[in-house]
Amino acid sequence: MFESPTIAEFVTQSNLASTLPGTLLVAWTLLLVLVDLFAGDEREHWTPLGACLGLGVSFVANLFVYAPAADQQTALYGMFIADAFTGFLNIVILVATLLAVLMSRDYLMRAGIHRGEYYILTLLSSAGAMFMVAANDLIVVFVALELLSIPLYILAAFRSIKNDGGELALKSEESGMKYFILGAFSSAFLVFGAALVYGASGTTNIPQILEVAPAVVDAASSATFYLVVGTALLIVGLGFKVAVVPFHMWTPDVYEGAPTPVTALMSVTAKIGGFAALLRILVTALSVLLLVDGGVAAWQTTISIIAALTLVLGNFVAISQRNLKRMLAYSSIAHAGYIMVALAAAGTAGSADSATQGALVYILAYMFTNLGAFAVVMTIERVDGGGGNIDDITGLARSRPLLAMAMTIFMLSLTGIPLTAGFVGKFMVFAAAVQAGLVGLAVIGVLTSVVSAFYYMRVVVNMYLRDSSGELLPALETVYVRWAINIALAGTLIFGIFYPLASNLVSMVSIA
Amino acid sequence: MNAIGTEPYIILSMVLFLMGALGVLIRRNAILLFMSVELMLNSANLALVAFAREWGQVDGHVFVFFVMTVAAAEVAIGLALIVNIFRERQSINIDDLQQMRG
Amino acid sequence: MNVLNEWAFIGMFAVLAPIFPALPIVIAWLFRPRKPNVLKSSTYECGVETIGDTWVQFRVQYYIYGLIFLVFDVEMVFLFPWAAAYNEMSLFGFVAGFLFIFLLTDALFYAWQKNALEWK
Repeated sequence: MFESPTIAEFVTQSNLASTLPGTLLVAWTLLLVLVDLFAGDEREHWTPLGACLGLGVSFVANLFVYAPAADQQTALYGMFIADAFTGFLNIVILVATLLAVLMSRDYLMRAGIHRGEYYILTLLSSAGAMFMVAANDLIVVFVALELLSIPLYILAAFRSIKNDGGELALKSEESGMKYFILGAFSSAFLVFGAALVYGASGTTNIPQILEVAPAVVDAASSATFYLVVGTALLIVGLGFKVAVVPFHMWTPDVYEGAPTPVTALMSVTAKIGGFAALLRILVTALSVLLLVDGGVAAWQTTISIIAALTLVLGNFVAISQRNLKRMLAYSSIAHAGYIMVALAAAGTAGSADSATQGALVYILAYMFTNLGAFAVVMTIERVDGGGGNIDDITGLARSRPLLAMAMTIFMLSLTGIPLTAGFVGKFMVFAAAVQAGLVGLAVIGVLTSVVSAFYYMRVVVNMYLRDSSGELLPALETVYVRWAINIALAGTLIFGIFYPLASNLVSMVSIA
Repeated sequence: MNAIGTEPYIILSMVLFLMGALGVLIRRNAILLFMSVELMLNSANLALVAFAREWGQVDGHVFVFFVMTVAAAEVAIGLALIVNIFRERQSINIDDLQQMRG
Repeated sequence: MNVLNEWAFIGMFAVLAPIFPALPIVIAWLFRPRKPNVLKSSTYECGVETIGDTWVQFRVQYYIYGLIFLVFDVEMVFLFPWAAAYNEMSLFGFVAGFLFIFLLTDALFYAWQKNALEWK
């Protein structure tokens, strides 16, 4: 019946071992579905506990698989690639998910709803992100992106929040609906782009596209046209996912309306997945082929313009926001712009590796800092969704000094002040941009960072300096969100103070 | 056999894709929005199948299977969201979803 | 056969195709007796005329049934090629197919336990 390889041969050929971090997480999640079914209401804490354990198992598997870190290998017949890039981003995704699960536990407990499905969807979404950073084939990019996005659509619409009058404000459904429509719209762009790239090159495998592409470009036939249009559509589709200007319109509404832990999760994992795919597709598959003149990829100009627009718009619009979640939404658009700077820098021949490493360190710093900031917002936000305005944080330093201290450090890190992780990330990205000859873009980056200080520091000013003679702010949160803040704070400070740590971690990374 | 080349199929798929994209931008009824997105995905399917024929491979066909599956999953989620919203506010017009502005 | 001939074939088809359904209608119109009355000239629809608004809300249960049906409907997209290629498959494909079926069974079990299969 079969060509009959033995089980052992089959395991080696498909190289399943190197996919273990992702596949174990999925298998664990499926088990968790059954656990959640039979646990019942008295043991509803089993599911979040199991979710944390599953993340731990995946984390350990990740350490084993990527321990040597040196040799990259493919799995599942070339569809999956396991290299230092994958291993590093897997860790970032797992830590982000752990923080999000802790925040979700707090959120669901305070809202008085026990829904095990919430954690299951969270884990599935993260597994999608893990497959996306390991995708070595356009088909896998697409399927992993959907596994990442579809649970997030549901999570964004998970709970409509009642306002003070007790009537349904329906923000969560609205958020989920908007996220869904824009997400499906962008997926269609991605698929059509992938179809055209496949038509031009005859393969969906990313390294094979690299081999075929120079000939396609030289031929100057309709295939060349397909390749260029396909690349543009791929950039549009993934640009929606990572929310860069001009594909950012959905972000503020979706981030504001979704439950805060979901916002925190999607602001990190969706961006990681999108940027990983952009780096793999543009840098790995399409770098050599589009080197037109002077060793610069043809897409570099486009990406640079998108990056500059994103930096300017994200930072300037954030200034006028009164709602903290909305402000962080625009701030996350701006941060996507900084990662986009690294992506543009990767388009110059020879600086692809340093730019990629810069992007990874930036993502690591952004993950800790952004999740920490959202966790602090959760502590002052009431469960009905109110209380999240920038004025509501006034006097936090008097009533909750430690919390205010943590928020200050997160804000400093988002601005990019030295001794925080944010500085290390920005420094590496700008250094890569200068090395790649994109001095103008680096200057825009530094200037917009100065602008961003204005709205980040306003939060600090509100906490410390504004008159707060009113009553003390009550402690609304549970212990789980405090753990999340502590972990995020530790990450922000450790990677900021011991700054060679992060660059050492990514020194093996090379995707070109 | 292949008297008709790949180009006509690709042109047709591009036209369908544009129609779908315009539909998403112009239509305000949520159901019609989904249908437009489906049209975009199916135009990509047409392109994939045409290219798969040109290259004489099955890769394109396999991609189509995955697109179809994902489209089904998306519709399931989307309709659930629509049902939920309709039950709350008796309307599925996208322009009614304007709680958040600023 | 060159391209022009193929298009000519399509052109002929386009001309002939409308004639076939039109012809019986014209013939019937020529030879039919003409005795109209109210009932005969009313528009024919299958069944009786509807009473009240046709835009009614259906039970959400229909949606849940449709959802479960959809899963197994789409399952066929993968299982049919799997079954067709069964004899030439490697162990990898064999295991992958069963894994896929197992995942769907897991989902069905979940739906069953959540009482999604009960008509309420």
